[in-house]
Amino acid sequence: MPNVYVLGTGMIKFGRYPEKTVPELGGEAALIALKDAGVTIQDVEMFACGNLYQSNAMVGQRILQQIGQTGIPVVNVANACATGSTAFREAYMAVASGMYDVAMAVGVEQMGKQGLLGGAGGGDPAYSTEGKLGSGLMPAVFGQAGIEHMRKYGTKLEHFAKISVKSHKHATKNPFSQYRNEVSLEDVLNARMVGYPNTLYMCCPTGDGAAAAILVSETKLKQFAAGRKRARVAASVLTSDPYTDRDLTLPDVSTLTRRASKQAYEKAGIGPKDIALTELHDCFATAELVHYENLGLCGDGEAGSFIDKKGGVHPDLGGFAPVNVSGGLLSKGHPLGATGVANICEVVWHLTQDERAKDRLVPNAKAGQAHVIGLGSACTINILTV
Amino acid sequence: MAEEAQATDSGPRPIVSFLKLGSNPHLEGQKCSSCGAIFLDPKRVACSKCGAAGSLKPIPLSNKGKVYVFSVVHQSFPGIKTPYLTVIVDLPEGVSVRSNLVEVSPEEAQKDPKKIFDLPVELVTSVVAKDREGHDVVAFQYKPSK
Repeated sequence: MPNVYVLGTGMIKFGRYPEKTVPELGGEAALIALKDAGVTIQDVEMFACGNLYQSNAMVGQRILQQIGQTGIPVVNVANACATGSTAFREAYMAVASGMYDVAMAVGVEQMGKQGLLGGAGGGDPAYSTEGKLGSGLMPAVFGQAGIEHMRKYGTKLEHFAKISVKSHKHATKNPFSQYRNEVSLEDVLNARMVGYPNTLYMCCPTGDGAAAAILVSETKLKQFAAGRKRARVAASVLTSDPYTDRDLTLPDVSTLTRRASKQAYEKAGIGPKDIALTELHDCFATAELVHYENLGLCGDGEAGSFIDKKGGVHPDLGGFAPVNVSGGLLSKGHPLGATGVANICEVVWHLTQDERAKDRLVPNAKAGQAHVIGLGSACTINILTV
Repeated sequence: MAEEAQATDSGPRPIVSFLKLGSNPHLEGQKCSSCGAIFLDPKRVACSKCGAAGSLKPIPLSNKGKVYVFSVVHQSFPGIKTPYLTVIVDLPEGVSVRSNLVEVSPEEAQKDPKKIFDLPVELVTSVVAKDREGHDVVAFQYKPSK
């Protein structure tokens, strides 16, 4: 497979932009990425746009109507929380196939303040099952993934809480993060319970955001990079949920992540020990904990001791195997369609010592990974190397 | 004629089609005769475990099971009373079901989660709403077995 490189990246600070439209937000991120790449929209040959809440409204074309209608093929992608990372993979495949030399991926979302509770469904509300046949709300669904770990391995509430403390601390160094406040272990444990064991600070906030990446072939890298260090996409994997015994009742976010992880490491020809930083899908603290094991950052049943030994913590803070040095979704925010591309931007910035990550650079980063889960389910893992 | 009979039926309605009411309320699964997988939703074109089509046959499911995991919902949609205990119950037939656990306090469950794991439970039903046509809507829950 031909090499594919990330020539440029762009991201706007995650937050709330009620005065702006989705195409404006996406267009802003795209322009930043194009400038960073040193190309213009006229150089882009293919565009994959990830957006969830307006997925029937041609967001990609509307972005081009903002920044340049060049008539190129546009694919609009929706894949739950993995929407942005799936769009990135579409752009990657467009270049890896040899069909195009320059492709753009944008992930964009405007969520407002609606919260991440999940849909209620239509029809006669008398037949709505929420609260009558248990719960399909996200804090509870992902809470159960943590409870399952608790059941198997005796994991404590403090372990989940420590993840939140860690990620909030990381976010203080990231100007792109929606929240940049520190929280103490007591703050997290004493915060309002949302869906046991996830308290308020163990749940990601919702908001608006956009991120973009320009992917190019080796030929175009030589033409445009002009000696600048650029990351290579060493693996770009997408899986869906295979049949497992409880999956249809209790969404299984682990099996498809493990499959994606195995494939990604194999394709990249490296292992977890070679990964300098991981951006993983911490929609809830309980999710982050199980993914430490799913991604091979520690052994099965060892996530609790991994956390106690400062695993996942930035090396500057005395930790190792850093996870979510951006602040993670818990602090940075989770505008669904933007998340997957933003995670890739973060990894790329550390690998290329980008100015935008200057206060939080993981030292000597040669490889990093970005992992996303879209419930329902989809899992993407992108491994980048320099 | 069956459809007509149903249209004029003024009796209670199950909240989901796999809940069977009557003198012995129970759940009905769809079992794949090819691989043995069991599903709850009868609206299914083939078996998602092995891919066999036309292999699904209804089977009655046990009213007793054991709790696998739970969560307690403290924040829900407007109009839904919180907190409530949501549980995943494993049935002996090899299928899992999601519902509310009743007769156990959510606070107690949070204090000592180990007491909830593998808790033997049994199915109960109750009227949870009235639909637009005025029928009682019946849901099922689980309570600790005696």
